[in-house]
Amino acid sequence: MMRFIPVREAILGSAILILIILVASRFAGFVAPSNLANVFNDTAPLIILALGQMVVILTRCIDLSVAANLALTGMAVAMINVAMPGLPIPVIIAIAVLMGGIMGAINGVLVWKLSIPPIVVTLGTMTIFRGIIFLISDGKWVNSHEMSAAFTGFPRAVLLGLPVLSWIAIITVITFGIMMARTQFGRSIFAVGGNPHAAVYTGINVGKTQFWAFVVSGALAGLTGYLWVARYAVAYVDIAGGFELEVVAACVIGGISIAGGIGSVGGAVLGAIFLGVVKNALPVVNISPFWQLAISGSAILIAVAFNARSGRTKGRIILKSAEATQ
Amino acid sequence: MTDTTTTRHIPDRLNSRAVRIFKSWEALLLAVAIAIFVVNSFASPYFLNAWNLSDATFNFTEKAMIAFAMALLIISGEIDLSVASIIALASTAMGLAMQHGAGTPELVLIGLTVGLLCGAFNGVFVTFFGLPSIVVTIGTMSLFRGISYIILGDGSFSGYPSSFSWFGQGYIYWVFTVEMLLFVIIAVIYAVLLHKTNFGRAVYAIGNNPTGALFSGIRVQRVKFILFLLTGLMSGVAAVCLTSRLGSTRPSIASGMELEVVTMVVLGGVNILGGSGTIPGVVIAAFVMGLVTFGLGLLNVPGIVMSIFIGLLLIGVIALPRLWAMAAARRNA
Amino acid sequence: MTPHAAPATPSAVVSMDLITKTFPGVKALDQVKLDLYPGQVTALVGENGAGKSTTVKILTGIYQTDGGTIRIDGDPVTFGTPNDAAKAGITAIHQETVLFDELSVAENIYIGHAPRNRFGLIDTAQMHRNASKLLADIGAPFSSHTQLRDLGIANKHLVAIARALSVDARVVIMDEPTAALSHKEIEELYELVETLKAQGKAILFISHKFDEIFRIADRYTVFRDGGFVGDGLIAEITEGDLVSMMVGRSVDQIFPDRAREVGEEVLKVVGYSHPTEFADINFDLKRGEILGFYGLVGAGRSEFMQALFGITKPSKGVCRVNGNIKVMRSPADAVENGIVYVPEDRGKQGAVIGLPIFQNITLPSLGRTSRSGFLRLAEEFKLAREYAERLDLRAASLDQDIGNLSGGNQQKVVIAKWLATQPQVIILDEPTKGIDIGSKAAVHEFMAELAAQGLSVIMVSSEIPEIIGMSDRVIVMRDGLIAAELSGDDVTPELLVRHAAGITTQTEGAPQ
Repeated sequence: MMRFIPVREAILGSAILILIILVASRFAGFVAPSNLANVFNDTAPLIILALGQMVVILTRCIDLSVAANLALTGMAVAMINVAMPGLPIPVIIAIAVLMGGIMGAINGVLVWKLSIPPIVVTLGTMTIFRGIIFLISDGKWVNSHEMSAAFTGFPRAVLLGLPVLSWIAIITVITFGIMMARTQFGRSIFAVGGNPHAAVYTGINVGKTQFWAFVVSGALAGLTGYLWVARYAVAYVDIAGGFELEVVAACVIGGISIAGGIGSVGGAVLGAIFLGVVKNALPVVNISPFWQLAISGSAILIAVAFNARSGRTKGRIILKSAEATQ
Repeated sequence: MTDTTTTRHIPDRLNSRAVRIFKSWEALLLAVAIAIFVVNSFASPYFLNAWNLSDATFNFTEKAMIAFAMALLIISGEIDLSVASIIALASTAMGLAMQHGAGTPELVLIGLTVGLLCGAFNGVFVTFFGLPSIVVTIGTMSLFRGISYIILGDGSFSGYPSSFSWFGQGYIYWVFTVEMLLFVIIAVIYAVLLHKTNFGRAVYAIGNNPTGALFSGIRVQRVKFILFLLTGLMSGVAAVCLTSRLGSTRPSIASGMELEVVTMVVLGGVNILGGSGTIPGVVIAAFVMGLVTFGLGLLNVPGIVMSIFIGLLLIGVIALPRLWAMAAARRNA
Repeated sequence: MTPHAAPATPSAVVSMDLITKTFPGVKALDQVKLDLYPGQVTALVGENGAGKSTTVKILTGIYQTDGGTIRIDGDPVTFGTPNDAAKAGITAIHQETVLFDELSVAENIYIGHAPRNRFGLIDTAQMHRNASKLLADIGAPFSSHTQLRDLGIANKHLVAIARALSVDARVVIMDEPTAALSHKEIEELYELVETLKAQGKAILFISHKFDEIFRIADRYTVFRDGGFVGDGLIAEITEGDLVSMMVGRSVDQIFPDRAREVGEEVLKVVGYSHPTEFADINFDLKRGEILGFYGLVGAGRSEFMQALFGITKPSKGVCRVNGNIKVMRSPADAVENGIVYVPEDRGKQGAVIGLPIFQNITLPSLGRTSRSGFLRLAEEFKLAREYAERLDLRAASLDQDIGNLSGGNQQKVVIAKWLATQPQVIILDEPTKGIDIGSKAAVHEFMAELAAQGLSVIMVSSEIPEIIGMSDRVIVMRDGLIAAELSGDDVTPELLVRHAAGITTQTEGAPQ
């Protein structure tokens, strides 16, 4: 009955462990539970976004607009908070998710109804969303003293030893675990990416599935937008600039095939954690944080080379002698 | 073959050249460019000024140099997202060399060589190991710029020799800059390469059907490798121009430029999925983007808002013909 | 055609009446009718382009009709989406199995209708229990937990059939299900068809193989050029009549008469081997000879040909062209040495769809039409026209996209492309597969003409009449090895089949 942990995830998991052990050998404090919790909390936004991106990539698309979506939603809720400090946090969160979802839906419609390649669509909406932030904010910052205490306090509030931000990431991971494995939508995502032609024959609407994948990714970006702005207590045009590539990187390192159909929740989470650990470990072991970019670049190259090797389709074995030795 | 006694004559072409050009994407884009030009010249009194227009070309010349090579790469079905990072690395290398006393010729040589090496690095991963170029170049995008950050941290290089500034700040004649000359030369070279040579034909064949091209005796991997080299080289050229124009190198140099280059290529009518596109289209797209940026700039519209316009243009030019076709189909049905 | 008096005919489950489907510029179906009866196998027969696959797509809800009615149990229905068709109990098993490699067997069977638990989530345990039972019923030798990608084609078919059973389908469409199966697997499939019949399912069986149609079908329906020609009971028709209904004329397949004179040796292959696909291939080929390669699908013929053409690398072995040892590292090398290959997969490997006809033809000959690397269009058109006209290509212009041509005409462009390189050896891999009977004869005639002009031809074919009718000599491959080389009077259907299937004199000894 039990399915073994897939090799990809096991290898990535061990790589992270080895990394942590290496860092701990230089600085034992790194593995203190409180520090590990900090690392996790720091990585939470990346985990959440990587899960959304995973769904999109699995359906053979890509969403480059997540960081811009995050920034726009973040700015919007920050400004709403400034204008209406009394608005309760659940409403703020609902607005953020809704706004993000709508932006995702715009991407989705363009891909679904107009069949424009996703990379073009999200490249376009990425610049548009960023531009809109400037329009609504007039290029000004929303600073922490302008935000309400409830607004900035929510993601940092500690619950059962972990900040709410971490808990949201954990809940998202669990939700996605169930969604991908146990719901019709989750399985359709694999089907659409794995064999779109066959998906049509089994009654799955490929374009519609891709649309919903974008909505999911957008909604998570919106949610993260609020969390990000609240946690760092500042909103401006360029927040999370270039973060979309880090999100894609987390997916690639996590073994999600850019060609669609192959990947797992575990992979995406581990990919994000890997990047998070690297980022937090560098200062601890006295390596300049400027190494981070090059390290994550190398990790992407190694991961994609490794996945291509392990995923190579076996050729047909025709010779009996060859079959015997297999 | 059968009992036909007279061989049937098959015409070379059905549509005349004029008809094809008139119906082309490039014609549509050119109309857009002219419209923007006209609107701009009415909107701002400063628009129709030779020196202002000359300054405006810097908005696109460096990007366009890369866009020409990128167009070929995208037509062949690949992409290179690391071009802006190649600029950063090449510029950093030039800065290092400058600190060690390199003169202008050495600096240029180093810039171009680093570009070429980066292109080769991408090319090896894509063609030799057979990995998807979008992932490889997302990786090298971080790696190349990452190396710049390792070398420079939050510092910068400046103090390039004065003769080096010729590339990015020099004028050939009156308002015509060195970069403009380079832009024209490179455009012509790539137009000839893509449209008039066997190599260009191979690029189209590969983009339409890589397997079919391979089975037709085309050395697919070799062609793709050369395309990565060319894109790297053009990034090197752009690095020389940009570094020369700015007079300094920071690791964040040219950040985000890869997306503007891709936008320019797609706006120019190159199919992002490969197989079709032209250099004249990219040339016009370069002007469109330059004119929009310049025109809005004169109206004191900040750069980031211009990007909204560019984004809308990118999606709009692809979406509108499709919407049009859908509406037409509905009307016929 | 003879109206059939069907005794004790049950009423049709599905009946399509006056169905019309138009695509821009083409009438794919013109008022066709098709009836499917419970517990019976109806064979849909027709040449390529007759409208068979369009019919399947309409029945499965992929396409919508432009006219006519579909009735289920006499009630008119419309299938707006594939889901509607599935709900009506219609399911299809396709040519190339269309399932999902990354999902498990159970998920493949139940995708879209998995059992749910009370939280609305997929009940995996229940799903695997149900799947195991279905798999046991059809005698599938693998577990429901297996990843689909680990299964061979025959087993993937079983998954597709289990899926058909899982939705409790009343109508099962089998679109060339045996195309990629071995002899033994085909037999097992036939047994399964009998099981489905016994369960009262209506089966639509699409096949090009007449032996198969007469073996398992109860009824036939014939389409030609998108139109309905006739239907009836298999028991009441002969193979010849069915063929003439199909093509609209009586066709005794006639192969061109050729003077079988061969010249000096052009190509000699010694000990060609590959780690997994073929081993120890030896043969020679003479000027003006047609050498047939016969074998079952998957015997390693195409794999060997592709190695000879430089697509894959042999692990050992030598290839001599005109007596000189040549190494083919890439197709470009092979073309330089005068060896060209017309692949079986025309759409993917043969034609470069998206490029115009003339550019397809001149692609490997650009070295000759250009000057120091620069294109000369006039020269290209000249060369393309020469060969297009020699092959009697039917096209509106040479500047037309090759994708707009019919399969037969695309094949002509691919052949023209290679002839324009003036090769010494042309390898034709299933040259007449998927093209209509008229074009087939033309290809055969042309092949003979080429050989007469001194070109050496290697023809890979799975069709016995073609092998016998065209070849001077035949090499039979089995399991990646040469099983026999036959010539003269030894080239008989019996011997070909024996060697290809590995049947010894007493018993069958070809385990898969």
